[in-house]
Parts: sequence; structure tokens; C-alpha cells
Amino acid sequence: MDVSQYLEIFLDETKEHLQSLSDQLMILEQEPENMDVINEIFRAAHSMKGMAGTMGYKNMQNLTHDMENVFSEVRNGSIKVDGSMVDVLFQVLDALEEYTDNIQNTSDEGDNENEHLIKALNDILNGEKAEPAPAPAAAEATEAAETAAAETADASSEKAKFKTIPLGESEKTVLSEALAQGKKVYGMTVCVSENCILKAARAFLVFKALEEHGEIIVSAPSTQDIEDEKFENDFSLVFVSDSAMDAVQKAVLSVSEIEDCVIDNMQIEAPKAEGSVKEEKTEVVQAASNAPKADKMASSAPAKQDKKPVGKPVANRTVRVDIEKLDVLMNLVSELIIAKNSLVTSSNLDGGVNEHIEYLESVTTNLHESVMKVRMVPIESVVAKFPKMVRDLSKKLDKKMQLFMSGEETELDRTVVDEIGDPLMHLLRNSADHGLESAEVRKERGKPEVGSIFLDAYQDGNNVVIEVRDDGNGIDVDAVRRKAIDRGTITEEQAENMDDKDIINLLFLPSFSTAKQVTDVSGRGVGLDVVKSKIESLSGEVEVKSQLGVGSCWTIRLPLTLAIIQALMVVVGGEKYAISLGSIQTIEDVNPSDLKLVENREVINLRGSVIPIVRLSEHLDIASTKGPEDNLTVVIAKKGDKLAGLVVDELIGQQEIVIKSLSKYIKKSKLISGATILGDGEIALIVDANALI
Amino acid sequence: MEELNVSYNTIQYIVVGLGSENYGIDISYVDNIVRMQHITRIPRVQKEIKGVINLRGEVIPVVSIRIKMNLAEDEITDDTRIIIVKLESGERIGIIVDNVKEVVTLSEDTIEKQSYDSKAGRASFISGIGKNGDALISLLDMNLVFADKEKENNA
Repeated sequence: MDVSQYLEIFLDETKEHLQSLSDQLMILEQEPENMDVINEIFRAAHSMKGMAGTMGYKNMQNLTHDMENVFSEVRNGSIKVDGSMVDVLFQVLDALEEYTDNIQNTSDEGDNENEHLIKALNDILNGEKAEPAPAPAAAEATEAAETAAAETADASSEKAKFKTIPLGESEKTVLSEALAQGKKVYGMTVCVSENCILKAARAFLVFKALEEHGEIIVSAPSTQDIEDEKFENDFSLVFVSDSAMDAVQKAVLSVSEIEDCVIDNMQIEAPKAEGSVKEEKTEVVQAASNAPKADKMASSAPAKQDKKPVGKPVANRTVRVDIEKLDVLMNLVSELIIAKNSLVTSSNLDGGVNEHIEYLESVTTNLHESVMKVRMVPIESVVAKFPKMVRDLSKKLDKKMQLFMSGEETELDRTVVDEIGDPLMHLLRNSADHGLESAEVRKERGKPEVGSIFLDAYQDGNNVVIEVRDDGNGIDVDAVRRKAIDRGTITEEQAENMDDKDIINLLFLPSFSTAKQVTDVSGRGVGLDVVKSKIESLSGEVEVKSQLGVGSCWTIRLPLTLAIIQALMVVVGGEKYAISLGSIQTIEDVNPSDLKLVENREVINLRGSVIPIVRLSEHLDIASTKGPEDNLTVVIAKKGDKLAGLVVDELIGQQEIVIKSLSKYIKKSKLISGATILGDGEIALIVDANALI
Repeated sequence: MEELNVSYNTIQYIVVGLGSENYGIDISYVDNIVRMQHITRIPRVQKEIKGVINLRGEVIPVVSIRIKMNLAEDEITDDTRIIIVKLESGERIGIIVDNVKEVVTLSEDTIEKQSYDSKAGRASFISGIGKNGDALISLLDMNLVFADKEKENNA
């Protein structure tokens, strides 16, 4: 056993703390006097220090330790929060994030000690304080106060809990033998700090420290329970050793976040079983009732106990579920739907069972919905880091800007949420760097000096829309046009035929950047094309609207779910294909005489708009079963605001289909996005209409 | 234990017919053998991929090993079978064979390792020749068959 099994918990918790630190620091910057925020930061720094220490990450521990020191002074009122201090704290946060990333990637924190930050923190401590007491003293004082608080909580009778450990016959024999060999038998009760996060890990370290001195004979609760963290703040041990009592006690206390270790020579005699159990119970009750009192008394930890329930309930109400398990569940539901579809097929032959089938249908639909909900997570987890990012950008670019977010609670499929972070970050950076003007230009144009970036998310039917807006300069279409011609992306003639929208879409081409100056924020031309391909790989689409001098709005539209979709089933050349209903606008019956040729391409004029015609049979390499004189069945598909008419042979109808991905071995064309299994067991391929427009 | 080490390891092969030749497929790769069934064609993919089939709710690609080995196009008869092989990556792929003959157990000393490229494109899928009595069986190496897809595509 080693600490590596705690690594995951450590990373999860550390990330939570980092996020909370980042949020709180943002607030602190606005409200430097807010005591709740200061306490929250102190607590987060304290917990992180403890966890880093347990895991043996020394650099991280040192840095959080100094941060904690600073905040302990802030809490006492001897240091006032100011802008430069917040800047230092944000740098500390970045350094901590770097450690965490390193740990995640290599299980090692790296050897950057960030001495300059430690020095900066100590300067804050020393420079601002009335009497130049060294930092550690302050920390010691705090810790001492905490210990005092804990001591008040521990009724004195409880401290020697080990005396009540019931000893079995065999254990007594072992202990007697040990005594006969001249060894010493100690009983001890070890108290773990109340704020300790990884109690089991602490206990493990205590055990390890003790193993160097002798052998643990009995523990209460059992070692298994201790490993599973099934204990309050203390555990008791009976220990056989050659070492002196002080040495053993010292070894235990050397483990950090161990508050106390009561140790005594163990008397080996039959304990009164009944009495001891009773005693123990009352002690526990006492301890419980004492704890809150003690906390109120302890001035150094005013909000500790009261605050915890406020910060934690989210974690308590949610369960971390392995995504693979959900995938299995999802597959089961998929199969159920296939089974239902086959029932539907067979019932067409035999009436009467329709009622039951409708019932089955509603059950499967509900089941589908609830499973989807399990997979849904709010986008908050992704967007929460953006305010700090924008703040950093603001400093880096020396532009004043503010980020307004709404709809953080909007939920999306887990897989989508995991992927959406980078594209959003690109767009925000883009707005901050290219979109917003410098303060002087803004002033000249009569805009408020501080630029605004908006991130709004909301659900729209079966889609989730995320908009990134700014009130900056907007896209200079002519600049893009000139650039495209300069680069040879388009010719002059092409440029003339392209409207503004087409020109703006050029921005999504790989390596096309109009930034006049390449900054380290954006402008290397790898961004928008990545955004576009990422969003498209999630079956979504991205659009941009822009007005020169007023601002730009980037709209990302994502499907709520990826696994099951409503589709239109069609027949082309005798083969069945599915087209996602999401991309279909209407279905038209077109007389062949209505087809016109424009630039040698077939188009139809549908209620005033000219729509290009795509003969699916040609793209699918199969002969259409229709004659040239027959009316055409045209499925009008849309992508953004572009339309295309897909010619099919026959329509079957609408159906809920389960998307099955095609084997990686198949080098499929973009046109086929997957396959689905129909009610009769037949496979139909899914045609991606977007690839044809 | 020591006695066992002296004897050669044995491997079981499923013997399938392709044209006039017999080929062996290591049984540990074989997931299933199914009868020929309707294969859903996929437009615009590699030429050896005949399409996909539905194997108990899963969509499995079916490959013509004849086309891969530059043999004549498959002739579908009542004896035609699809061997579903499971690759080390966990992926399952179906292979069309003319017929399935038997399962043989070959000990390693009866297998002649072969890695040279005798007839272009053919021997490269073969890891060795097994001797089962008088009959010779070309042993197909599934990893070779499905590993060189990049080369195949460029050709």
C-alpha cells in the first residue's frame, strides 16, 4: 500500500480547492474586506497544504503554507488586502495549478520551487505587519489555537480511549509474551486534526511510522475500517515495542495533521466488557456535543464548523460514476429501443398489440431521457475558469475588459462538456485580443473604456447554444478580403462574388489570421479552424455575426445528445439511409421541369430562394430506381443558413435511431457519419447532410 | 512441470478454404463463425471492405480476404462463411471465406516459419506453413492481415 491510491482523490480535491481559490480571489479583488471570502481562502489554502504534505509534495506544501500565513494575518486584521497582493496571489494560484498539472501528468510536482513567489508572500507578511515577527511564529500561533480548540473538544476522559479496547484471549497471550521478552506494551490514542481531508492516509502514515518501532497488535476501529476511513477523528492502538515511550510518541506526532497522541503503558487485565462499551458511547456523545461548543469558543477558527455545510452539499449529493458504466447503461437502453422498434415492425402485421407497444414506447422514451440526464453535467465546470482567464488576459494585453456569464447551469452531455472547453477558450481569447479595442480607441469611439465580453449559454429545443459576444471592433470584412487575396486563398474575381458572410467564413480556414500583430495570446492562425473542427466533431456548428465597430457574436450550437437521434428514413437505389432530422428543413415534391442549371449545377427555385440540388444516388455510388421523368422527392437540408436539396427515391418516415459508430478500420468518406440497426435487424447507414452542403 | 516444457507448445487453427488452398486461422483470434448474410454496402471505402453486418446488435465490418490477397472475387455459395476475428485492439472484423473445413492442432515443431515475400501481397499475411499429415496449411497472421491497411490504401 502506498499513497498512490489517494492520488486521484488528491487531484480531484485540489482542483476543487483551486477553483474555489480562483473564484474567491476574484471576489476579494472587488471586496478586499469581505471576511467570509478571506476565511474561505484561508481554509482552502490550509486544506491544500495538508493534502500536499500528506502526499509528499513539498514545494506545493511550502507555497500553500506561506499563502496560509498571509491569510492568517489578513484574518487578524494586521494586513490589508490590496491590488498588488491579489496579483501575487493569482501568480501563486498559477504556480499551484502548474504543480497540479505536473502531478496529474507525471505524478511528480516538478522541482520548480517558485522561490520568488515565496519571497513575495513573505515580503507581504513582513512589510505590512506592525511588529516584524517572523512568519512561522504566526502560523504556530494559529496552529496552537487550533490545537487548543481541539483539546477543548476532547473531553479528558476520551483521550485515553485505548484503555477501553477490548482484548481477546489470543491478543492477551501475545502481549504477555512480549512483556515476558522484556518488550514494552503501549496503549495509545491518536487524534487526527478535524480539518484533515485524507484521514485514512494520515492513519496509514502513523502506522508506517510505528512499524519502525515495533508491532501493532490491536487497533480500534479495525485496520480495515481505518483504511476505509470509517472512523471519527481518533483511533486507538495497542502497540508492542522496544523503543521508549517518548520516541514512539514523537514518531506519531511527526506525521502532520496529527493533533495529539496520548500514550501510556498498557495494563493487561480483563477489562469489564460491558462497562467499557457504555463508557465509549457516552464519550462519543460527549465529544460530539462538545465539538461545536469548542469551535465557537476558539477564536482562531470562527467559521470552520458553521461554514462547511454551506460549501460541501454539492459533493454530498452527487455520486462520481465511472463514465464506462454509464456507457454500458446507455448501450442497454439502445438495445431496448432496437427491440421496441422490432416489435413495432411485427405489430404492423398484427393489430391489437398497439396499446402495449405505445406503453413500451413511452417507457423507453422516459428511460432514454433519464439516462441522458445522468450523463448531463452543467457547463459550469468548464466555464468557471474563464473569469480568471479574462482577468489574466486583461493584464497581459493591457486592455480593460470584463466577462459577463449567464446560463452556467445549462447542461450538456459529459463527453461534450469535456471537449467544449478549448474552443470556448479560443473564442474568448479571440474576442479579448482581436475584438476589443484599446481603451483609447474605445474612448474616441464613445464606448465605455472597459470592454465587455459575454458568454451566454441556453437550451434551444434539442440544441444547446453557447454565444460568445463582445462589444469590440467587429470583423473588418475588407481587411479579411484583402488578406485572403494577398495570401492567394481566393482570387480577385472570387472575392467579388463573395458576400460578407462568405468572407467571414474564410476565417475558419486553417492558418488564416488577420491579427496585424502576432501576440502570445492569439494570432498564430491556429484557433478558429481548430474551433470549427472541434465543434463539428461534436456534431455541432459554429457561426459568427459581426458588425464593424459594434462587435462580434460567435454562436456555437450543439446537440443535446449524441447517441440517439430522430432521423428521417429514406430509400436510395433500394438501400435504406437515415438523415438526422435536425438538419432537415422541409420535404418537397419537385417536377423535373422545375430543375434549372446554374453554372452547370442543378438548382431549384423554391419560394424565392435558389437551392442547389444534390443527387444522393450519385454520392452513394448507386443507381436511382426512379426514371428521369418521375417527380423528384427532395429533402431540403440546412446547415447554418445554407440550404441544399437532397434527392432521394422514397421516404419511409421518421424514426428514433441509435447511432453506432463504424469500425475505425473502415476508411469511410465524410458523407457517412455512422450506422444504425433497424427494427428488422437490417443496418442502415446515416448520411451526414452537412457534408453535402 | 519439467516434462511439459520438453514438449512443444501446440496451437489450434481453424482450417478454411480460399480457392484451392487451405489457410489456418489461429483459434484464439476467432470470436465467432456465422453464415453468409446480407451485407450492407458502404459507399466509397477501401475496396476490400464489403460492408457491415449486424452481429447481435453490433455493427461489424466485413472484409474480403480474397480481394486483400489479390485473388478472384468471392463466389458466394451455401458453404460461404464469415469468420469474426477479434484483434488485439478488441476490434471485431468479419472475414469472408469459401468454407470452413476443420480445427487442427499443430505443435510448433510442425510449423515452418515463413516471413519472406514470395508472391507479392500474398505471403506477407502468412506467418508460416503448418504440416498436418500430408496436407500443408498456410497460417494467416491476423495482425499482418489488418496491420498494413495504410500500405494497402496507398497502393
